Amino acid sequence: MKAWLLLAVIIGATVTSDLLQSFEMKRHGEIHDFRPSGLRLVLATLARKRNMILAVVCMAVSFFAFLPLLQVADLSFAVPASAGSVVLETILARLILKERVDMRRWLGAALVACGVWLLAL
Amino acid sequence: MNPRLRWKTRAFAFIVVFSNAFGNLFLKWGMGHGAGIITPSPLSFLHAIFNPWVSLGILLLVLWLLSKMAFLSWADLTYVLPVTAFGYVVNALLGRFFLGEEVTPARWAGTLAIMAGVILVGLGNPNHVPQDTGEPRL
Repeated sequence: MKAWLLLAVIIGATVTSDLLQSFEMKRHGEIHDFRPSGLRLVLATLARKRNMILAVVCMAVSFFAFLPLLQVADLSFAVPASAGSVVLETILARLILKERVDMRRWLGAALVACGVWLLAL
Repeated sequence: MNPRLRWKTRAFAFIVVFSNAFGNLFLKWGMGHGAGIITPSPLSFLHAIFNPWVSLGILLLVLWLLSKMAFLSWADLTYVLPVTAFGYVVNALLGRFFLGEEVTPARWAGTLAIMAGVILVGLGNPNHVPQDTGEPRL
C-alpha cells in the first residue's frame, strides 16, 4: 500500500514537471552553445522562469518520494512502474502543449506502456 | 533530419538514458548500504543524501535533469519520452546483473516491447511544427 501511494506521488509530480519543462524549454528555444559560459547563461536565464522553478520543485517531490520507494521495492520494479506516466504525458502533451502526435508516436508510446506494464509484473 | 541534429539527438538520448539508469542504480545501492531507514523526519533524508553512493546517484540525476532539459529545447516531449524509455531496459539489466534481482520472462518481454517502441519513435523526426496556430496553454 505504501509503495503504491509513493508511486502515485511520483507519477503526479513527474507528469507536472515534464510538461512544465517541455513548455519552458520550447519557449527558450534550441540550445546551440554547449561551452561552459553558454550553459551558465542558459541556466541563469531558466532559473528566473516561474514554470522552470515549479518544474524543479515537482522533480524534488518526485525524488523524495522515490528514495523511500527504493527501500520497499526492487529497482527493476520501482523504475519501470514509475514510468506509468508515459501514456498520460503523451495525451497531455497533445492536449496542452499541442504537439503533433502521429500514428508512429502513438504506437511507440503504446508499446512502451505495454513494456512498462510487463516489467512491473 | 539534418546530420548535426541527428548527431546531437543521439548523443543527448545516450546521456539521458545512462545518467538516469546509473543514477538510480547508485541510489538503490546506497539506500541499502548505510543510508539508514527513511522516516518522515527530514534528518533521515539528510542522513541518506550524504551517503557517498546516494550522493553519486544524485550527481548523475542532476546531469540527467540538465541533459533532458537541453534535449527538450529542440525535441518534442512525445519524442523524448519513448526514446529515453530505453533507460527502463538498462535499469532492468543493471538490477539483474549488479543487484542480483530476478528478471522474469514477463520482464524480458517488457524489455523487448520497450525496445520496439523506442526504435519505432526514434526513426521519426524529434520535432514537429505545432498542428494549429494556437500557443501552448500553460
